[in-house]
Amino acid sequence: MTDTANPPTAAMGGRRAITWRRRWAAARQVWRTFARSRSGLVGLGILVLIVVLALLAPVLSDAAQLDVTQATGARMAAPSGQDWLGTDESGRSVLVLLWWGSRISLLVGFAAAALCVGIGTVVGLLAAHFGRWVAAILLRVTDFFLVLPSLVLAVALSAALHAGTGTVILAIGLTSWPVTARLVRAQTLTVETRPYIERARALGGGHWHVVLRHVLPAVLPLVLANTTLNVANAIIAESTLAFLGVGDLSSTSWGEMLHAAWTNGAVTAGAWWYLLPPGLAIVVVVLAFTLCGRALESVLTPALRGGGRR
Amino acid sequence: MSETPLLEFRGVGIDYVTHRGVVPAVRGVDLTVDAGETLGLAGESGCGKSTLALSVLRLLPATAKVSGQVLLDGADVRELNWGQLRAVRWAGASVVFQGAMHALNPVQRISDQIAEPILIHGGRPAGGVSARVSELLDRVGLPKGRSRAYPHELSGGQRQRVMIAMALACEPRLIIADEPTTALDVMVQAQVLDLLAELVAEARVGLMMISHDLSVLARTCQRLAVMYAGRIVEHGPAAQVVRAPVHPYSAALAGAFPTIGDVASRLAPRGLPGDPPDPADLPSGCPFHPRCPKMRDECTEVDVALRVAGPDRDAACVLVDAPGVSR
Repeated sequence: MTDTANPPTAAMGGRRAITWRRRWAAARQVWRTFARSRSGLVGLGILVLIVVLALLAPVLSDAAQLDVTQATGARMAAPSGQDWLGTDESGRSVLVLLWWGSRISLLVGFAAAALCVGIGTVVGLLAAHFGRWVAAILLRVTDFFLVLPSLVLAVALSAALHAGTGTVILAIGLTSWPVTARLVRAQTLTVETRPYIERARALGGGHWHVVLRHVLPAVLPLVLANTTLNVANAIIAESTLAFLGVGDLSSTSWGEMLHAAWTNGAVTAGAWWYLLPPGLAIVVVVLAFTLCGRALESVLTPALRGGGRR
Repeated sequence: MSETPLLEFRGVGIDYVTHRGVVPAVRGVDLTVDAGETLGLAGESGCGKSTLALSVLRLLPATAKVSGQVLLDGADVRELNWGQLRAVRWAGASVVFQGAMHALNPVQRISDQIAEPILIHGGRPAGGVSARVSELLDRVGLPKGRSRAYPHELSGGQRQRVMIAMALACEPRLIIADEPTTALDVMVQAQVLDLLAELVAEARVGLMMISHDLSVLARTCQRLAVMYAGRIVEHGPAAQVVRAPVHPYSAALAGAFPTIGDVASRLAPRGLPGDPPDPADLPSGCPFHPRCPKMRDECTEVDVALRVAGPDRDAACVLVDAPGVSR
């Protein structure tokens, strides 16, 4: 840090350059700690690969291959040179289905996790910061959602609302936030006892100022690590809903594939190539997110890091 | 005393409502600080001195119940609404907290933290906020190059200087220093105290300094109030209270710091046995009597209020009445 100390004569442009150099150095430091965890790197590698492939699906392949009326293969044909992972009940390539299914699964995973973390963070922060009756109300609502079987609630929600990917995201997001809210509340309570929070209040800072400027930045790293785990959970939840048949039947996701394989008798037909790939894909993506989350956690928790400044 | 004092406590009592019942932390304190005056508040841990000081800006937890009047510039802070209170905080009176490491946000640059109160109070200092921050850093003797440092990159003394710069940021009329030199070594302590005294004299602001260390207070303050069990037991000009204490408790506090080179004090260390009383279970009569070396029979029954003990001096002790006692 000392070698980048600010020379007093630095011009405005020079100062900005120094700011960026420091940010770059800080980012490199985070990366170095992250990279120390080999499993984290593996997880990140898998994730990047899958996300890139999912994004490139419309460029590298043709959506028409998903159309049952244009399918060319035989019914539930075993893997061959032409269809590497065989075909489904309509003769579509399982590999193409898997590829396009990753888009919906990832979209639902990220969006539902974002919704869940968003609601959870706001509720947790407000409950911990204001305490008293605000906390009483918010925590009772949290408890209410916590004790409800979230799967049943999600099934009921997706059945009651208009079917579609948005509904699935909403159903998963609305049922999974209580855990995040509890976590954020606990961390906020810890941060709020720090003397610099008292100082911020003594400065004349209002609730808005204290929460946004001092509490949120201290809570955010935890929220970030929590988000990666939430994405994994949301992907599983989406697959579960789709497998139970309450998802969006018109789109292809990994859960939909499992559902279709199940209802079309892939098990009795011995079509393992239809059942296994989506199941394994879910396992791999969830594992990758978990590995990343664990590595991120070690970056953010000084106790696990070692060699810190203090 | 014709003009309104800067800060006035009128019969202030502060109770903490706990699961054990109501615990009185401060019991009937009357005290004033005028503009440009420095008042020291001394006492052991748990005697209520920090509680009293934090009541000025209503920084006490919700379990604390304040009675009496706390007048800042003639206005009772207990009657201010939230907006007025926020305006008074820092702009009317600021605080130098103890333990600067923890009172600074570890992930923000010190320049941003010094600018924080200026921005909160919507100040538009001439030359911009960053110029004002540089000026403040200059006044507390920190090089400008350090303004972009993080708290952990500074030494303990430098951090306390940052806290002082922050306290001066909105040009308040009163500064409350809550044990500003704890955890600093003696040399740095002296520098920080001198700086504080100099700035206070320069800007003619009132200073209320809290410490358990009488030598620190004697060095910086004009007047001294000694607290015991939530009450002021002695009050007067600092030099006199330290050199010739009237109350046996002040005498014990003053005696706890041996005079360098004085053989007599070295050979006869005068500590004070026992612990301060539990505020939830105060002894009868004078709360100090179980530890008092000069206890009399009536001390267990009579709780003495402050009595005049000389020009501009008061003490709460039965010994004050008898002529020519004190020591």
